[in-house]
Amino acid sequence: MSAPIELPKWADVSLVPILAVIVAFLIAGLVVLGIGESPVKATVLLINGALGSGEGIGYTLYYATNFIFTGLAVAIAFHAGLFNIGGEGQATMGGLGAALVCLRLDFLPWYIVLPLAIMGAMAMGALWAFIPGYLQVKRGSHVVITTIMFNFLAATLVVYLLVNVIGKPGSMSPETRVFEASAHLPYLHEAFAFFGITIPKSPLNLSFILALVASAFVWILVWHTRLGYAIRTVGHSPTAATYAGISIGRITMITMAMSGALAGLLAVNEILGVQGRLLLEFSSGYGFIGIAVALMGRAHPVGIILASILFGILYQGGTELSFEMPRVTRDMIVAISGLVILFAGALDGLIRRPVSGVFARLLKKGA
Amino acid sequence: MAGEAPAIALTGIDKRFGEVRANSNVNLTVASGSVHGIVGENGAGKSTLMSILYGFYEADRGTIHIHGNEVRIRSPKEAIAVGIGMVHQHFMLVDPLSVIDNVMLGAEGGALLSKGEQHIRAALAKLGHDYGLDIDPDAIVGDLPVGLQQRVEILKALVRGADILILDEPTAVLTPDEAEQLFGLLRTLASQGKTVILITHKLHEIMAVTDHVSVMRRGEMVATLETAQTSPAHLADQMVGRHVLLDVSKGPAKLGPVRLSVEHLVIKDAHASLRVKDVSFDIRAGEILGLAGVAGNGQKELLEALAGIITPTLGRILLDGEDLSLVAPTPADRRAHGLLHIPEDRQRMGLVSAFSAAESMILGYQTDAEFGAGPLLSSSAIEAHTTKEMDLYDIRPRDAALKTAKFSGGNQQKIVLAREIEHHPKVLIVGQPTRGVDVGAIEFIHKRLIALRDAGVAILLVSVELDEIMSLSDRIIVMCGGVITGERTPETTNDRDLGLLMAGVTERAG
Repeated sequence: MSAPIELPKWADVSLVPILAVIVAFLIAGLVVLGIGESPVKATVLLINGALGSGEGIGYTLYYATNFIFTGLAVAIAFHAGLFNIGGEGQATMGGLGAALVCLRLDFLPWYIVLPLAIMGAMAMGALWAFIPGYLQVKRGSHVVITTIMFNFLAATLVVYLLVNVIGKPGSMSPETRVFEASAHLPYLHEAFAFFGITIPKSPLNLSFILALVASAFVWILVWHTRLGYAIRTVGHSPTAATYAGISIGRITMITMAMSGALAGLLAVNEILGVQGRLLLEFSSGYGFIGIAVALMGRAHPVGIILASILFGILYQGGTELSFEMPRVTRDMIVAISGLVILFAGALDGLIRRPVSGVFARLLKKGA
Repeated sequence: MAGEAPAIALTGIDKRFGEVRANSNVNLTVASGSVHGIVGENGAGKSTLMSILYGFYEADRGTIHIHGNEVRIRSPKEAIAVGIGMVHQHFMLVDPLSVIDNVMLGAEGGALLSKGEQHIRAALAKLGHDYGLDIDPDAIVGDLPVGLQQRVEILKALVRGADILILDEPTAVLTPDEAEQLFGLLRTLASQGKTVILITHKLHEIMAVTDHVSVMRRGEMVATLETAQTSPAHLADQMVGRHVLLDVSKGPAKLGPVRLSVEHLVIKDAHASLRVKDVSFDIRAGEILGLAGVAGNGQKELLEALAGIITPTLGRILLDGEDLSLVAPTPADRRAHGLLHIPEDRQRMGLVSAFSAAESMILGYQTDAEFGAGPLLSSSAIEAHTTKEMDLYDIRPRDAALKTAKFSGGNQQKIVLAREIEHHPKVLIVGQPTRGVDVGAIEFIHKRLIALRDAGVAILLVSVELDEIMSLSDRIIVMCGGVITGERTPETTNDRDLGLLMAGVTERAG
């Protein structure tokens, strides 16, 4: 029954998450200490690996691109009160959509193939989220159940297609042929080289710009359009939405489709940007980490970009760390990410309450 | 009983929540064996003060004496231990359990029930004998009428040894008859030495049952009076801090043509049980039709069917002779046809608490051209509109960006009212316009509704407050169990007559 003190906005969006990350790192440090390595050295290696070189930064932002797409996907659904945990499947289907366009049309010039491939990725991702949305509206099956089942359906469908239909002829591995150069989204170092500027090589590609555009789009959509107003009304109070003449079913289906389209964009980074062919499991868990990113970013695009960069640092820095310090394995990095998710998401109150307490005392003194 | 220590003496109670001073230097003395009323507007600090007394909060400063002994009350458990019992506005009962199970809950007296049950059964029999609180201990609580459920709450407190009872808005859910019985019981309890604190915003209840009354305003105790020495008008002025007009003055209605016709409406709810059974009525332009009834007798369903939120099973709703199920089936269509709706439940339906006031101000009108271009909404246009409305309707604080949930009940209701009235209704259907709204705002809301009526709007006013129905309506219909049990005019009826109709007794009473 205690009345919680409201934190100033800056503390809510920056101080609390930063403290959460610090606490997570302190505990992760204890784990590192437990296996007999120096936590300070590990932290330095991690940060250095992620941000210490141009190449490291490139990798960090490349990972962050994936997190931004899946984080935005979870966030937009969240604003409508929907929990889309099918980002994996939607991204996989996005890969299929992009690949189908490329396999058919990559003899055409890039300015036709690339836009079509991006739309293909969005369309297939949207379809894979729209169906669960439709089923919830018409049949009452909850999206949390259906989206996770659709992850498995997407995975098996793509395996079937790669093995039996669109796989590279004569090859044993389940993947398509490599697309022509016209279907390759330029790396950032290539794009910069075009203008005569040299930056270190990394898989970072123009998808990163697309991710920033998508963030701006989500920000405008959610807070500055009539559709966004309807989405937020449905999310906050379905009864008020009905009263206001907003169709909850329609909003549910539209939002799910948009959420799936955003998740599908992950394929643009991975398939069009880096791999140049469709292969299995390229989504490798980004869809799920999108949930943590959206949670930590408080479903706001700016927060999501910052949280994505943090997870990018953990991914890239972690990879470097496990090279330099063999006793710190890949699994350790997963554990550290887990701690960040735990403190920033699940145990948010653990940090927020003491901070509120401090603020309350400061306010009292000031009054 | 001079010289006896007062049952309760609160001295210098202070309680802050952040920057809000909910109670400041409150003193309250309640004589043993009396019924003491506490009145005040919403947010005046009544609930905070009672929560401190019942151990939900601890005061920042101040002392509590119970029967002359200083005590610290840190939890409801400690409150019960010093003999304080509370009857909440929303009952804390387990419906599928029997009366005795509910009373025993939390006081089972050991791992095996039989001994505790015997003890409670004996205690209930004794209370029934002492205070006339008869009740069948084996009845299932969910089957009891609301008045008896409240009695179970009171018994729960008494069985735990309470000799000070706090009742928070106890009559909100009762018919006038049940309220009368409750007051009889409170007087009996007081005459047997129990102390009763009655929190209410209904001034006639204070006049009817209390010995003393304390008035709170903005966290302070502004007066403690002997009830016999005061009047409702005086109390209202004390609560608001200025002179308030309790009676609504209105001229005779200038009736126009029939605007809204309801013909043989039948509504089944989601569980296929009949909520509204063959209801018909007309409302003319320039008329307020009052719909009285105890909450839960089909009014909510009727309102929602009129607004297009639910679809009636049978029957027709005509606006200017057009069948709305054909020309305007959805809430958005109804709004476009000039049938506007101020819902009963403003928290869940009329507003979005998490939205800013400006965002709540366009709920239902989010597609209007004036709030943006094409698919975009213009924050500046919405805020300018809101600021204008806030000035017109005196909505406080004047902060369009403030979260809706942070406004008081009265100001929230003004947001809904401003929004709907400013969109020029032809027909306005209003549910409980003053529920949880403070006296000052009630006066304002009533004046606005009368002004709308005089401007030729057809108004359906649904309210459980008989005073409101009586003073605003040009005609009154009463609903009970989903049927209209009678039609009256305010001049030819009274509370007792309406009360009987509300209870389903259709013979004319005196």
